[in-house]
Amino acid sequence: MLSVENLQVSYGAIRALHGISLKVEKGEIVTLIGCNGAGKTTTLRAISGIVRSSGGSVNYEGRDITRVRPHELVRMGIAHSPEGRGVFANLTVEENLDLGAFARSDHAAIAQDKEKGLSLFPRLRERLKQFAGTLSGGEQQMLAMARALMARPRLLLLDEPSLGLAPQVVQTIFQIIREINAAGTTILLVEQNAHMALKVAHRAYVLEVGEIAMEGPAQQLAASDEVRKAYLGVG
Amino acid sequence: MASLQDRAKLFPSSPLGAAWRLCWPILVALGLGVLMQLVVRPSIDAYSSTQILNIGIAIILAVSLTIVNGFTGQFSIGHAGFLAVGGYVAGSVAFYGSFAIFGSGSAKLGLLSGSGLYSAPAGAPLITSGELLFFGALLTGGLVAALLGYAVGLPSLRLRGDYLAIVTLGFGEIVRVLIQQTPQVLMTREAIAESPAWKVPLSVGGSLGFGNVPKYTSLFWVYAAVVITLIFAYRLKQSSTGRALLSIREDEIAAEAMGVRTTYYKVWGFAIAAFFAGIAGGLYAHTLGISLSPVDAGFQKSFDIIIMVVLGGLGSISGAAIAAAIVTYLPELLRSPETLEKFAVIGVPLLVVGFAMLGMASRNVSEGERRAGVDRRALPRFILGLGTIILGLSVLAFFARKFKINLGDYRLIIYALALIIMMITRPQGLLGVREVWDSALYRPVRDFFAPRHGRRAS
Repeated sequence: MLSVENLQVSYGAIRALHGISLKVEKGEIVTLIGCNGAGKTTTLRAISGIVRSSGGSVNYEGRDITRVRPHELVRMGIAHSPEGRGVFANLTVEENLDLGAFARSDHAAIAQDKEKGLSLFPRLRERLKQFAGTLSGGEQQMLAMARALMARPRLLLLDEPSLGLAPQVVQTIFQIIREINAAGTTILLVEQNAHMALKVAHRAYVLEVGEIAMEGPAQQLAASDEVRKAYLGVG
Repeated sequence: MASLQDRAKLFPSSPLGAAWRLCWPILVALGLGVLMQLVVRPSIDAYSSTQILNIGIAIILAVSLTIVNGFTGQFSIGHAGFLAVGGYVAGSVAFYGSFAIFGSGSAKLGLLSGSGLYSAPAGAPLITSGELLFFGALLTGGLVAALLGYAVGLPSLRLRGDYLAIVTLGFGEIVRVLIQQTPQVLMTREAIAESPAWKVPLSVGGSLGFGNVPKYTSLFWVYAAVVITLIFAYRLKQSSTGRALLSIREDEIAAEAMGVRTTYYKVWGFAIAAFFAGIAGGLYAHTLGISLSPVDAGFQKSFDIIIMVVLGGLGSISGAAIAAAIVTYLPELLRSPETLEKFAVIGVPLLVVGFAMLGMASRNVSEGERRAGVDRRALPRFILGLGTIILGLSVLAFFARKFKINLGDYRLIIYALALIIMMITRPQGLLGVREVWDSALYRPVRDFFAPRHGRRAS
């Protein structure tokens, strides 16, 4: 579905990505794990066109999307839930959801999807008219995901959904990620919480300072000594 | 606020509905304009009528800047540049247009034009050809300002925050200096006949100002424009375009990820704001007693508008309008301490009532209330704050009169102090991002009168 070949990104003189290749197949959850500054967020932003890549290519459903602008990608079925949640704090929960469907104009289907999203995240229904800035961290993350789903994506890019959340909430969030995937959305998940990410993902890539260090089925990586030592804090 | 889908249901897109949606704001605008000009104006003195007119122009300016600084969250500090462009273009069209069409540069007033003591002669028609020219001139001024806004915005709105602020500041200064360089002597009929046509409208008085513009502006024109501006801004805020603008203010990266073309919307927001600033400029240029000058494009003027927007609450249309009225009227109040002193009549009772209410609210705050976030003290605190400000002003006026100080001279200091106090006590401005009719704004009132829980006689 998505294939990234030798993707390079530079911020001025600093190279953030040294040529990354990865593949996401339809129906999968693929996770990209790594430390701070490894280039995980940059990879997602380069895929969704928010950051311009300086080399390499991105293909999506057989089309080269390397130079496609973000607003067109949303229409092509790629939704990006950005790092740090990025909810629109001074807008209500409902307005946030409406903005998620900004690229669409099929009002009836949007209303349906909103209903679907709210049944996936019942907490949001109680807070529909509240400013998003007044939600708790976990609720904001739920809103960010629900908002991304409003674009009715075939591919969902999730950037660190566990960031700054209590373990209990992280459990819930990952449970929902599974449900979203089971309903047919392919997911590319960027995470620092390798433990949880490897649990839900089918396959995984380990990113180290702008390069892919390891890749393979998630269970296999979770079992490997290197990953256990470096990312799971075991042994 | 209704969701976009609900609104889509509320307004079925029948051609009749669309026409009605387009027409009623114009009818309201004309209605209020006629009311202001033909009913209100004859019943007040010329001085008050001038104040009300100035407030109207300030409201248009503040609401237009709200679209950039409030909705889109971009910090423009050169808004007066667009005011001046609109003013000079409209003035030029009306002045030289009058020469070309009517043979003289003076106004042909109808019943709806003119302000102060300068009115239409008895038996004047409702609408004159001169007023049609004036209307065309206003629109031209607005459109040229919008075009310029688009041209300036296209390259500069890729910038963010401080960088954009510097570019807009530069723009205002460029406009100011360019106008200063125009010829100081306005052309006469003979000179117009001899000059090449393109040179004529560029002669706008240079640093001496452009004072001979026909004085058409009246309460009718200003308040019709105020209504159109307010309704437009409100609809913009509610529309999906408006949501796109707001999302850029909230989080540009997230907005982009939602499929909002951020630069495109920023530039459009900028151009729309420039249009309304240009209209305000046109109205200003044709106001009796005003000689449009290069200073009107300067930073001082831009800053006045920013103060209104920040005080009102970035993103609040009604807030900006209220703040515009206060900021425009305050210096006039400061100039007449006798009036200001009498404000004590309002300030003292407010304080008394405020303290009494605070006392009532402070008794028996139950644990449940505290947990539910019911704040009974919010309303008394607001009343106390309001009372303090009003009483403070009247005390200030008392001492000013006693020591023969002209408070008007210290206007900027009082502004600055007001801004500082505002930023400390209420950094989000008067209304924040809310509008006056948002029920959430009245939570303090609801909380104060909320029935007490807990002990109940039974």
